Amino acid sequence: MTHAIEIKDLHKHFGQNQVLRGIDMTVEPGQVVCVIGPSGSGKSTLLRCVNLLEEPTRGKVLVEGVEVTDPDVDIDAVRRRIGMVFQQFNLFPHMTALQNVMIAQQRVLKRGKKEAEAVARENLRKVGVGEKCDSFPGQLSGGQQQRVAIARALAMDPSLMLFDEPTSALDPELVGDVLAVMRQLAEEGMTMLVVTHEMGFARQVADRVVFMDGGVIVEDGPPAQVIGDPQHERTRTFLERVLHPEE
Amino acid sequence: MADRPKTTEPAQRRLSPRKRQRILRGVQYVILVAAVVALALWANWPSLAQNFARLDIAELMLPDLFTVALLNTIIYSVGGFAFSFVFGLILALMRLSTVGPYRWLATLYIEIFRGVPALLVFLLILFLPLALQGFSVPFGTYGQAILGLGLVGTAYQAEIFRAGLQAVPKGQTEAARSLGMSATRAQFTVVVPQAIRIVIPPTTNQFVSLLKDSSLVLFLGVSGQYVELTKFGNDMASTHANATPILVAGLTYLIVTVPLGYLAGRLEKRKGTSR
Ligand SMILES: Nc1ncnc2c1ncn2[C@@H]1O[C@H](COP(=O)(O)OP(=O)(O)OP(=O)(O)O)[C@@H](O)[C@H]1O
Ligand SMILES: [Mg+2]
Repeated sequence: MTHAIEIKDLHKHFGQNQVLRGIDMTVEPGQVVCVIGPSGSGKSTLLRCVNLLEEPTRGKVLVEGVEVTDPDVDIDAVRRRIGMVFQQFNLFPHMTALQNVMIAQQRVLKRGKKEAEAVARENLRKVGVGEKCDSFPGQLSGGQQQRVAIARALAMDPSLMLFDEPTSALDPELVGDVLAVMRQLAEEGMTMLVVTHEMGFARQVADRVVFMDGGVIVEDGPPAQVIGDPQHERTRTFLERVLHPEE
Repeated sequence: MADRPKTTEPAQRRLSPRKRQRILRGVQYVILVAAVVALALWANWPSLAQNFARLDIAELMLPDLFTVALLNTIIYSVGGFAFSFVFGLILALMRLSTVGPYRWLATLYIEIFRGVPALLVFLLILFLPLALQGFSVPFGTYGQAILGLGLVGTAYQAEIFRAGLQAVPKGQTEAARSLGMSATRAQFTVVVPQAIRIVIPPTTNQFVSLLKDSSLVLFLGVSGQYVELTKFGNDMASTHANATPILVAGLTYLIVTVPLGYLAGRLEKRKGTSR
């Protein structure tokens, strides 16, 4: 069986700044993998290399067996199958929630207006904002916006989803709604690669947790091991700070 | 005012800031009244009225003032504006292109046409048929005027669009691309519509600017059915040896420009509050 994501010896430099220095990892179909690590460790860059929002400096990224780093590959076709959810939502502010979810279906998948609208309403209902179809992003709370963004990605029928700190920009009381949607997705068998600081979510939902620091993977294993019984000093220090920030 | 520490001691030697401000404002009113009175006394009102406000001459300007002159002013400036809107957008996209030569060409055009007087462009258009044998601008005077205004307007409109396009956050393009849109499609379905909203206020100002520049059509040597407001006012003033028509032409510009300026201000404010 092909891996959902396979990353081999991935390097990414921004000028002199070596952000990723040899990443090897795989995500199997249906798996939920959470990436944790300190700020600046390269988590976002890793995620963005998977759908080529960043061009890797060296190494290979394969999505469902297709090498995305191959210059001959139709990257737009690959991205269609990869949903991405951003920390800042990045909804299109000049379109209603419904239009946000419809536009790529119509323009990219060439679905008819009727079908696109039906799919959009269905997905908005699924993430719990079915009654907000005609609202513009500016009229929605952060939690609602992020759920619209998830619906927008789901409407494309992706075979895997990337989440880059989807709850970090939210007020604490709104985090739960978004995590609940993600949890539901995981239960339905969606393949997910999630950068997050939500240790509770990682512990309960993830099949594997990857701890990154300084552009390399320090620890990779089941949550009970990486979060519950870290083997490396760096992981322990990081978890200490995240789990007990006041001390 | 707010950052000045409150003085606790009673105001004995120095006036409090508030009192000082009141006195200062009083002085300003006194100066204003004095200036108005002086003007009223010294100005030669009958002579002024005779030269600048002859209602009978103003009446002679009707209805051509509106049906010919203002209409032409609007045709020239709307035409030039449409020209500069389309080519300005193209130039802005070129200026932001990843292809170097496109960028250089766009920059070159913008620098040249913003750097020379608009009048010079008009004079050049006048000489085009001489320079290029057998060439003539289509649609005669209308074509020449719209071309002149359009060429100049394009440079300014391109800079307005560039600023607007750059004001759209990068995350918007990234979201569109990650949904599988091509770079071009992302640009036209996501970035350009937002940029157009952003540029509406400065574009309105740019239109006002073009409307005023349309007076340069005077130098194309137009006459008869082609005259616009400035030329029309100037001709009437010469005929009657009186400045009233020029004043009337000026007022007619204001009928259009002042509401537009006000509109641009309103749009600017609304943009600040939304989102
Ligand atoms: N487009 C870019 N150009 C230059 N440097 C960049 C760019 N994107 C990221 N970097 C640098 O790469 C490093 C890692 O960034 P990255 O966003 O991947 O970290 P992160 O682990 O996601 O951190 P955070 O938890 O703060 O989001 C940082 O030092 C950042 O300054
Ligand atoms: Mg990040």
